[in-house]
Amino acid sequence: METTFLLNGETVTAQTGPTTTLLDWLREGQGLCGTKEGCNEGDCGACTVMVTDDDGAKALNACILFVPQLAGRAVRTVEGIAAPDGAPHPVQQAMVDHHGSQCGFCTPGFIVSMATAHLNGRHDHDDQLAGNLCRCTGYAPIIRAAKAAEKVPVPPHLRDTPVASADLTPLDDFATWYADNPDATLIAGATDVGLWVTKQFRDLGEVAFLNRVGGLRQTSRTPDTLTFGAMVSMTEVLDLIAADYPSYAAMIRRYGSVQVRNAATIGGNIANGSPIGDNPPVLIALGATLHLRQGDTTRDLPVEDFFQAYGKQDRQPGEFVTGVTIPRGQDAHRVFKLSKRFDQDISAVCGAFNVTVSDGVVSQARIAFGGMAGIPQRAKAVEAALIGKPWNQNSIDAAIPAFAQDFTPLSDMRASAAYRLETAQNMLRRYFADLSGADVNVQAVQA
Amino acid sequence: MSVGSPLPHDAAALHVTGAARYTDDIPLPANALHLAFGLSDVARGTLTKLDLTAVRAAPGVQAVLTADDLPHANDVSPSAHDEPLLATGTVHYLGQPIFLVVADSHLQARHAARLGVIEIAEETPILSIDEALAADSRYEDGPRIWTKGDVETALSAAPHRLQGRLEMGGQEHFYLEGQAAAALPQEGGDMVVHSSTQHPTEIQHKVAEAIGTHMHAVRVETRRMGGGFGGKESQGNALAVSCAVAAQLTGRPCKMRYDRDDDMMITGKRHDFRIDYDVGYDAQGRVLAVDFVQATRCGWAMDLSLPVADRAMLHADNAYDLTHCRITSHRLKTNTQSATAYRGFGGPQGVFGIERVMDEVAHATGLDPVQVRQANYYPAITAATHGTTPYGMPVTDFILHEMTEALLITADYAARRKAIADWNATNPILKKGIGFSPVKFGISFTLTHLNQAGALVHVYQDGSVHLNHGGTEMGQGLFQKVAQVAASRFGIGMDAIKITATDTAKVPNTSATAASSGSDLNGMAVAAACDTIRDRIAACLAALHQIDAQDVQFADGNVTCGDTTLTFAEAAKCAYENRVSLSATGFYKTPDLSWDRIKGQGRPFFYFAQGAALTEVVIDTLTGENRILRADILHDAGASLNAALDIGQVEGGYVQGAGWLTTEELVWDEKGHLRTHAPSTYKIPACSDRPDIFNVALWDAPNPAQTIYRSKAVGEPPFMLGISAHLALSDAVAACGATYPDLQAPATAEEVLRATHRARA
Repeated sequence: METTFLLNGETVTAQTGPTTTLLDWLREGQGLCGTKEGCNEGDCGACTVMVTDDDGAKALNACILFVPQLAGRAVRTVEGIAAPDGAPHPVQQAMVDHHGSQCGFCTPGFIVSMATAHLNGRHDHDDQLAGNLCRCTGYAPIIRAAKAAEKVPVPPHLRDTPVASADLTPLDDFATWYADNPDATLIAGATDVGLWVTKQFRDLGEVAFLNRVGGLRQTSRTPDTLTFGAMVSMTEVLDLIAADYPSYAAMIRRYGSVQVRNAATIGGNIANGSPIGDNPPVLIALGATLHLRQGDTTRDLPVEDFFQAYGKQDRQPGEFVTGVTIPRGQDAHRVFKLSKRFDQDISAVCGAFNVTVSDGVVSQARIAFGGMAGIPQRAKAVEAALIGKPWNQNSIDAAIPAFAQDFTPLSDMRASAAYRLETAQNMLRRYFADLSGADVNVQAVQA
Repeated sequence: MSVGSPLPHDAAALHVTGAARYTDDIPLPANALHLAFGLSDVARGTLTKLDLTAVRAAPGVQAVLTADDLPHANDVSPSAHDEPLLATGTVHYLGQPIFLVVADSHLQARHAARLGVIEIAEETPILSIDEALAADSRYEDGPRIWTKGDVETALSAAPHRLQGRLEMGGQEHFYLEGQAAAALPQEGGDMVVHSSTQHPTEIQHKVAEAIGTHMHAVRVETRRMGGGFGGKESQGNALAVSCAVAAQLTGRPCKMRYDRDDDMMITGKRHDFRIDYDVGYDAQGRVLAVDFVQATRCGWAMDLSLPVADRAMLHADNAYDLTHCRITSHRLKTNTQSATAYRGFGGPQGVFGIERVMDEVAHATGLDPVQVRQANYYPAITAATHGTTPYGMPVTDFILHEMTEALLITADYAARRKAIADWNATNPILKKGIGFSPVKFGISFTLTHLNQAGALVHVYQDGSVHLNHGGTEMGQGLFQKVAQVAASRFGIGMDAIKITATDTAKVPNTSATAASSGSDLNGMAVAAACDTIRDRIAACLAALHQIDAQDVQFADGNVTCGDTTLTFAEAAKCAYENRVSLSATGFYKTPDLSWDRIKGQGRPFFYFAQGAALTEVVIDTLTGENRILRADILHDAGASLNAALDIGQVEGGYVQGAGWLTTEELVWDEKGHLRTHAPSTYKIPACSDRPDIFNVALWDAPNPAQTIYRSKAVGEPPFMLGISAHLALSDAVAACGATYPDLQAPATAEEVLRATHRARA
């Protein structure tokens, strides 16, 4: 395939296979070896590049970014961060001044993440750098460097203008094509599909890059709903739901990393069907609606009904997810993500709670979990145990045994079955305590 | 003088621009080939069939090698010749290399390596400590046992006694740069090897064996590693040997780098340990006798496990003067990756054992855990009589009394301890805890002959200096610290010094850059080489100027001879023109060492590096989730060669140590399959896991031992300060109930939650 984009300020046309990663193309094809391979699965950030498109500059992991995804965009690698005259970028100078590199292997990725955050005026350094692992420094000097560079102006050369690219494929045309080619692999953000290629050597057959399809990135807000197209990135979702659902937003801040959220899409996370995706339990607890399309036919269904069994979703051949609609105004919605590490870790358990209390009595309850079954699933026995009961500690305690009716979780490398069950139960206790005003968030505690 | 200046890392400007070149970045000729291993998917058994037809037929494959195809030695062990490069009939762990693919590209090699048909008659693997003990599957004939005093009698006589067990997991190094090597065949059968290794001489030695030549025909170069942490002391042998063998067979350059998953499946990790303890103590918290039984899974090959287990025994006392002490050490052979060197080299495991004892004694007596430790400390450096370690070495340089007092004041310990208790009383769900741990770490290789280093220094006629020594740069800043030594010896600026890659053709017979010894050994060797040249220049100028050589001064880039001042460059040019050799080697061997590891007696260490840390945490008693809120550290780097680099080692070591004991969990399944073989499942600390408040200071006092500029080694000791994070978690859990929490390691959220149940029991 032929892909034209801007690389460190110069227009280039890459001839690659559909699943050649940007990282391999840079290192092996272009001799640009500053971008490093640390894990080849999007977890370490050593391969971070800056990609600018119409939405602005964002950090992405080059190891799970296929070259065709770059059509029309502008890429900056670590080699393109210093000024053309060689003057160091403010974050480069600060990293030297504050001893932010030791072995230096993660450093190019940090530099690109820091330069992108600096360009975007972001000072939430822990969040901005959650997707860059360093094994040497303990991060403290890197954060000192990031802070030191905050007020230094952005060098003008970093503001790339994307190249004009071919028009997007109209959604109608894509729908027709996919109905005719139902075995094709759809690539949204490639944060999971990328690993099928880099780790499993899976032959994807025919592929379609959904970022080249129009009509999948729109968002809309009504007094009662929020609607996201399937290709809306998790970064955008975070921004768009933050006011309505701060607890959901707090979870998304721990979902992958900046690099992963910039690539990952809400549609991809649902359509993938993983039992440990973090959006589905949240959306199920909110009563969200999924939008699907096959050829000219569209249909809607509750998100919870999409997941039928492990690896099986209610999606027909040639049918694809076009978007999701979330009801607004459910103030009692809370999300609890539990993982070994706070940032950038796959959930052992992700619980979402949405209980409506009327006159002191539970009138509605939508409680859903990821990581507790082969699919993201509602805790219907727990809900039933709560509905009609007074909203108090006794009712909570009485509902706890119902978890064992709803779930028989597995043991794996992330958590034991017993721990999953106990913490799911304790999340209900936490939910009650949280709504009652108790301190339940370790992340809010200070020394 | 540049020594003592907080200069940046020598390659900092290259790091931040992406220009620093690592092994995989070195351009190779276009005909270079790329390698990958086919791995066993069974932990133990006998190979019954190996069909590589599909591998050979895969696109780009140029050759496929099995053990039978290897022309010379099939061994990559650094110790016991028990580690075949490719399996020979039997397999001993899941992930063991069985065949080697040589292909046109890295991706083609990796892809083809999956296509082998391997049939193995499975046997029941020995995976756990208990299974290995039951099968008497071990290295050496039996356990090593070292004894001081009369343990049985003292235990029986003690007014109080407790027993316990501490399990601690291993640790993946997770150097960001995976293992990598490249070999370029030369004329006459010679071989040039680039290797990401802490031990170029070992690579040279194993490559020479594998291609059937002498060490003189193999040159190994290492400019830098993207992290090592011990994981590149012996684990790079397999890649370098593979590259050299394939290069010899094909006549083409060969490169190999592990994909991250392969790296974690194939290579060794930190030794996990189980430590049983039986302790006698008094009401003041003084430990009267302690009996330790240490058991560790060494994996399928011996590698460096014996000295690792020795060092765990050598640190079973940590900072405490133990009158009656017995340490029993079981080194168990298991069907898992061959556990290897990792920062601290067994020391952290030994230290953690006695820190656990102190913690449990404090809990049992109700005394402040810091006071209990202080009551058991070795006598101070200023005391009239000194304590003696369980292995018979007097502790004459103990400074933790003063360091602890200083840290408690700067960290406001007493007030915070009370504030935490008050906070816990009003918070039913979240609990805070605070933990203190000291470290006293012995500096020197315990294999005494390794305590030597060489250097090669050239001064050119323009006054520029080419610096080379046997140490390797893995991020710790060794090259810069040693360059600062060289600049100081010549009295010149750092810009006159060229730091060059470690090269077995320049300095031979080097020791691994390990045991925190890099600056101590190589700094001294470089100083000796520089002094030789400086003295020659001085003698030359003294003769010309009719003065005493001792009156020739080297400072501020100048050489002063009486009334005449030359620039260093002028002095070098003058010496050259007077036919003075401006090249010299330097050599150093650590004095005053003697050690009998079988008896467990002697003086294995030149001195002790020390430090202390205080950590505050918060836990969620509903899920076990936890965070480090604050850490205060005071660390002893002697008279620091470079305080900025040393503080970097302390900060990084602490976070890595805390990671070991919290989120970093290695999980093997019942088949011996490591299930945590990528960063998606194995969680090293991320940015937000560092302490919110992180106060690190150096205890800047000269080393009483005659080290380079009286500095102290700093690579490994701060790692053990992370133990204070685990102790703080235990303290937080203890706020849930009266029973000792018995917190195991790693203290994942799941383990913390389990411990809350124990505390409430």
